[in-house]
Amino acid sequence: MSGGGQALADWTTGAEAIVYQSCRACGNLQYFRRSFCCVCGAPDPVEKHASGEGTVYATSLVCRAATPETRAHIPYNIVLVDTAEGFRMMAHGDNDLAIGDKVTARFVPFAGRLVPYFAR
Amino acid sequence: MSFITGVGLTAYGRHEGSSSLDLMSTAAELAIADAGLKRADIDGVLCGYSTVAPHIMLATVFAEHFGIRPAYAHAVQVGGATGLAMTMLAHHLVEANVARHVLVVAGENRLTGQSRDASILALAQVGHPDYEVPLGPTIPAYYGLVASRYMHEYGVTQEDLAEFAVLMRAHAVMHPGAQFHDPITVADVMASKPVALPLKLLDCCPVSDGGAAFVVSRERTGEAGVRVRGCAQAHTHQHVTAAPRLSELGAEIAIARARQAAGVAISDVRYAAVYDSFTITLAMLLEDLGLAGRGEAASRVRAGYFSRDGAMPLNTHGGLLSYGHCGVGGAMAHLVETHLQMSGRAGNRQVRDASIALLHGDGGVLSSHVSMFLERVR
Repeated sequence: MSGGGQALADWTTGAEAIVYQSCRACGNLQYFRRSFCCVCGAPDPVEKHASGEGTVYATSLVCRAATPETRAHIPYNIVLVDTAEGFRMMAHGDNDLAIGDKVTARFVPFAGRLVPYFAR
Repeated sequence: MSFITGVGLTAYGRHEGSSSLDLMSTAAELAIADAGLKRADIDGVLCGYSTVAPHIMLATVFAEHFGIRPAYAHAVQVGGATGLAMTMLAHHLVEANVARHVLVVAGENRLTGQSRDASILALAQVGHPDYEVPLGPTIPAYYGLVASRYMHEYGVTQEDLAEFAVLMRAHAVMHPGAQFHDPITVADVMASKPVALPLKLLDCCPVSDGGAAFVVSRERTGEAGVRVRGCAQAHTHQHVTAAPRLSELGAEIAIARARQAAGVAISDVRYAAVYDSFTITLAMLLEDLGLAGRGEAASRVRAGYFSRDGAMPLNTHGGLLSYGHCGVGGAMAHLVETHLQMSGRAGNRQVRDASIALLHGDGGVLSSHVSMFLERVR
């Protein structure tokens, strides 16, 4: 991060947290970390912790994996969740989740990493 | 003005012992001969990429190997949309007098040149390195996500999607170069192994070896006149997490721009060549392009609308789903088949009227789109 922004640890760096960014200038929310707002270009969006609450947008149960590490976990459900804060994220979830389900995140080990996992 | 003056296509499937350069060379030679040209006539080269043999300068590697010294050459990378993106660029290059005859070429030994796991892994890297790839998704999973949402919003079923696999197989049966020749049924698709639900094995295109090439020229070189009438692109995102809502995807934007560039309406189209990496891809694109109403593409398949003798023959070579998918060359086979149809050379697959064709390619996860209209001129 450049300028006055502070990078919060999240699951992509091994912490039990989901972090997003909020633009001070235009209010845009973004999930993929950048040093600027991808809508208006303003620098140093504010980093915030997400609540872990959301709604299932899409699901796909992976039954064929490409590495020995991921194959040990099949089947695993890849989900897109629309968070309560208003950004969309990819995560894992219970295998029986349906689109529209209200879900809450926890964190589980997967292929040597910690990943967000949603359940009803 | 630009013309597709020659096309070349290998069989898709296993080419044991052939390198990517071998497959590119074979296709290129076929296309140049088809155009009635010599190698030395080629003054522009556009090529795709090879995941088996990645190189930072594949176009000049190919040109040296093939034995030509073009005035213009580089590679293009837009995933599955690369073939049509190269054709669009070649069209503009010859119109701008940068080159007279541009060779568009791709080939890859994707099936025999690496393990299937390696291929799946390489392709999954189109995902976001920090926010998606660590979750272990695959390309079928990215499209599985889109499929689940599309089915939810428009009431499409897995049986509906299966219809597209059955149709592509029925077409491939008629093409000696196709990877698969055994007819399949909806029940076969439904019973095939789950890959990334709702997508099953027969909803997914295979991994293939193969090569394809065309020559795009400022003037026609023979009797057959297949002209690029107009084309356009749209790029809305890279990663599925960042994709817009289903109603705002790039195919609708690209086709609107291409219709305007070409001065053609969808009702003028007589033949369709549409990207079909998965059954859901084909279903969505047909509906986004306006070749079927929302949620109605499958019923049009059942009614024979997209069959060889139907009102809108579609991918009569069998598409990626059954002719095969060797990377960039995969969707170029759609254009080769379109050219054969438009020039009356499709043999027992010949359709009644292919006077105006619509081609559409998709790269990434519905990320990059190219729409193109071709017109037969006499």
